[in-house]
Amino acid sequence: MKPFKKRRRGGTVAEFEAGEAHLLASLTSQVVELLRDRNADGESDPDPLAAQLGIGGSGVAPEDPVLQRLLPDAYRPGSYRDAEADAADFRRLTERSLTSLKVQNAETILASLIEGGLKPGLPEEDDPAIEIELDDAEVQAWLKALTDVRLSLAVRLGIETEEDAQLVGHSEDEATAAMAEIYDWLGYVQESLVVSLG
Amino acid sequence: MEIEQPDVDDIVQLEDPWVTIVWNDPVNLMSYVAYVFRNYFGYTDEKAHELMIAVHTEGKAVVSSGSREQMERHVQAMHEYGLWATLDRADA
Repeated sequence: MKPFKKRRRGGTVAEFEAGEAHLLASLTSQVVELLRDRNADGESDPDPLAAQLGIGGSGVAPEDPVLQRLLPDAYRPGSYRDAEADAADFRRLTERSLTSLKVQNAETILASLIEGGLKPGLPEEDDPAIEIELDDAEVQAWLKALTDVRLSLAVRLGIETEEDAQLVGHSEDEATAAMAEIYDWLGYVQESLVVSLG
Repeated sequence: MEIEQPDVDDIVQLEDPWVTIVWNDPVNLMSYVAYVFRNYFGYTDEKAHELMIAVHTEGKAVVSSGSREQMERHVQAMHEYGLWATLDRADA
């Protein structure tokens, strides 16, 4: 990957190897799927207007630990007497729109990669690099969606403390070590984007 | 003779009934958290950095205070950025 760079005349550019772009697209698609499933749970909603406004979702936090981290409670249960009920109310009113925003952000990553030449299917060795150019709104979407992808990997890797984050890289389990390497790489991608913004 | 002036920030906080709290997590990059505070709240580099360090070292920091509706908007925005945020009563 060639790190993100802000061009003097606007756009923010970067270049991914075809394999890297494919990996990023695949991880991003998994997040999209997870979020879509969460919103689809309420599609049989008797109130289509509520659904359209992004309200009328579930008041109950998701069971999936990745979704729990992506869609956390807005009120901390136990912090005051009605915090739990307020968290449920807030979730009912806002979770669907938050989920939709996250889907849109993730889809922006996919669209940028496709625009940069990412082809469907597995990458081949001589595939050309994927060059992307982002406007300001796309930069915001990338920052947020990269965060969501990293958060979801961290949950799957069981990273709960800063020490965990160090340890997973040295795991004896090959799959874990490989996923940890991808997690680190995504951190590098995001750091590069943040730094490019000055 | 110097008269000790009350800290303006403290007064504002006492009068504001709700706060937005950002909690530390091991995933979000320090540079990103500072960027969010700068970009979303419009804080100076210095204040954004201070708040980021406070989150990192103390486990959490109050990043804004005001009406409940305002704080709900902030928490929702922080969740879109992937930061772990909650709102709470200022006197809790």
